[in-house]
Amino acid sequence: MKLMLLGDEAVARGGMDAGISGIYAYPGTPSTEIMEYVQNSETASENNIFCEWSANEKTAMEAALGMSFAGKRTMVCMKHVGLNVAADAFMNSAITGVNGGFLIAVADDPSMHSSQNEQDSRYYGKFAMIPVLEPANQQEAYDMVFHGFRLSEKYKVPVMLRLTTRLSHSRSAVKPVKPIDQKKILLPSDPRQFILLPAIARQRYRVLLNSQRDFESESENSPFNSLSEGSDKSTGFIACGLAYNYLMEVFGEKKLDHPVLKISQYPLPRHLVEKIKNECAKLLILEEGYPLVEEMLRGYPVYDHKITGRLDGTLPRDGELNPDHVARAAGFSVKEGLQVPSVVKNRPPSLCKGCGHIDMYNALNVVIDSFGAGSVFSDIGCYTLGALEPFNAINSCVDMGASITMAKGAADAGLHPSVCVIGDSTFTHSGMTGLLDAVNDKSPITVIIADNATTGMTGGQASAATGRIENICAGIGVEHDHIRIIDPLKKHHFENVAVIKEEIEYKGVSVIIARRECIQAVMKKKKAAG
Amino acid sequence: MKTNIIIAGVGGQGILSIAACIGMAAINSGMYLKQSEVHGMSQRGGAVLSNLRLSDTEISSDLIPLGQAGIIISVEPMESLRYLPWLAEDGWLVTNTTPVKNISNYPEMEELLAEIKAVRNHVVIDADEIARKIGSSRYSNMVVLGAAVPFIGLEYRSFEDGIAGIFEKKGRDVIEMNLQALKAGYKVSGKMV
Ligand SMILES: Cc1ncc(C[n+]2csc(CCOP(=O)(O)OP(=O)(O)O)c2C)c(N)n1
Repeated sequence: MKLMLLGDEAVARGGMDAGISGIYAYPGTPSTEIMEYVQNSETASENNIFCEWSANEKTAMEAALGMSFAGKRTMVCMKHVGLNVAADAFMNSAITGVNGGFLIAVADDPSMHSSQNEQDSRYYGKFAMIPVLEPANQQEAYDMVFHGFRLSEKYKVPVMLRLTTRLSHSRSAVKPVKPIDQKKILLPSDPRQFILLPAIARQRYRVLLNSQRDFESESENSPFNSLSEGSDKSTGFIACGLAYNYLMEVFGEKKLDHPVLKISQYPLPRHLVEKIKNECAKLLILEEGYPLVEEMLRGYPVYDHKITGRLDGTLPRDGELNPDHVARAAGFSVKEGLQVPSVVKNRPPSLCKGCGHIDMYNALNVVIDSFGAGSVFSDIGCYTLGALEPFNAINSCVDMGASITMAKGAADAGLHPSVCVIGDSTFTHSGMTGLLDAVNDKSPITVIIADNATTGMTGGQASAATGRIENICAGIGVEHDHIRIIDPLKKHHFENVAVIKEEIEYKGVSVIIARRECIQAVMKKKKAAG
Repeated sequence: MKTNIIIAGVGGQGILSIAACIGMAAINSGMYLKQSEVHGMSQRGGAVLSNLRLSDTEISSDLIPLGQAGIIISVEPMESLRYLPWLAEDGWLVTNTTPVKNISNYPEMEELLAEIKAVRNHVVIDADEIARKIGSSRYSNMVVLGAAVPFIGLEYRSFEDGIAGIFEKKGRDVIEMNLQALKAGYKVSGKMV
């Protein structure tokens, strides 16, 4: 039997078939469909596989580490910038090591299709000194989950599975294998393994350092890394992950008579790299992401000029690769079709017709106009589209939660008004702690929580505190009189303007919850009801 | 046999259903398939596309190289032109004429049609109008697919099976409407070429 799966779904299915007891995640494009596949699977619910969204990537990572502590296989999934949020837990999990198999699936977004940056998670893998797997296709994504768990349990180490947008969101046939049963509860054999007091942490770190040679030899013998011979040694190719496909595409029916090293498991297989480097006059390094391998092979301070790739301009320095980049870099001509005519205009994403964020921004803009524009901090979600025409309503979008804390800092500096707009899911992800800072310091900020009762931008996942936002704000210490709830509808425009104006004039922390259910969620419910 | 297809439209127009239907038809015909999709931010009313590759031999790249798409299937006229650099010299452009005007600088229809007609092989249909006659403009995506069927290289029947497969859970009526839409599009382009 073959299944047609997205790369993300192949990872999810691999996890289910490899006997995970739970999967933890916070949504983020292009990683979201991993968790969603498990949530939609009947087999997963029959087998009681835990599959609820976490409040953020850090809580997800830590909960998964706890499941591993208990001896069970588990997976944690996130987008690349989510790993920044989870980085403390992530780096330290490499030192504690794991008990049950622990796989960290991270999906990078080169070209920033839906992200603030295009950071390459392989650097995190190298930083933490753990094995990293980088599938080239959907079948490998599936198979690598099994391989990753074996590695993780053999060396008691977390293993990273690195995906990129193009594989995460591309579908192809996957052949599954017979599922494995879940593990039983089994405590770590060393009861102090997870206690990172300095004396123990130093020991654990040495264990990690001593494993490096083993990790390298695993890469050397990995079924996912291979060196194929070729008699034309003028150029050799090192192709990492997905980039391997583009190389194969470019040569197509033409004979590829050059040495090719396919890399899908890190740390780099030293001997294989040495071999291709020594026998070829020039190397072209193909990587989907930052030039990690290229940088390593080039060396410092003396550049090795036989190494080519993104750093010497043979390939573009940024953005995702495609078959045309690789064709040109390999010396082939590209036969482009017709030019895009100039009548074709950009079509950026926009807020849906009937979205509450529209009415919230229309009201906010009226008030801000009376003060002068430039001091509305915002955050990440559908409401970030308030940056575009016709609203031009916000002045920042940096990382989840940053709207509240940046508004606080600006208010501390004396900026007035200092307003922020944050979504409900973003608020529970990383906004609550910043609000506590503001309350403690009585910083004069106005926090607008655009509460559409869902995690909209990523497709409408459950939001962590639906219906409880005002209680959370009160619990944090926002004064009762300055927690206001408005209904962002056209018919309430003038009342809403008045509320926003009042609260901006208040010289303390106020929270305005603009509450109206996401229109997409409403329509979905209507459809389901028939 | 190898067919590279670009499916274009605006987020929310149902291009993934077109892709899924062709995908199902290809799998049932024993072909290899790679289908790259846009998920995420652009689905909020932005320009979206899907790269679909069918072949009787294994496929390497998920993305179609420039100048190698045999067909561009577009459910929106301006979007049909956005991916012309990928269209092969002898490729076909199949597009709906009903515009989605969610930007303030949307071009004049005559200008768009002139550019579309400048492409050597093109099929231009008002899929929304045809779908409305069947019952609802909701089915316009399947009308466009029907119009593209003659250029894909798979049997018409396999698309009918594809529709039955992907809309299975939605019930008999939905399948029936989609089949009618497919047929209406197929007839129109059959007359045009
Ligand atoms: C650290 C991090 N995790 C995840 C994301 C992906 N992401 C972007 S917006 C968003 C959802 C925001 O939901 P909400 O705040 O409720 O706003 P809405 O989109 O519903 O308006 C998510 C999960 C991200 N950009 N950064």
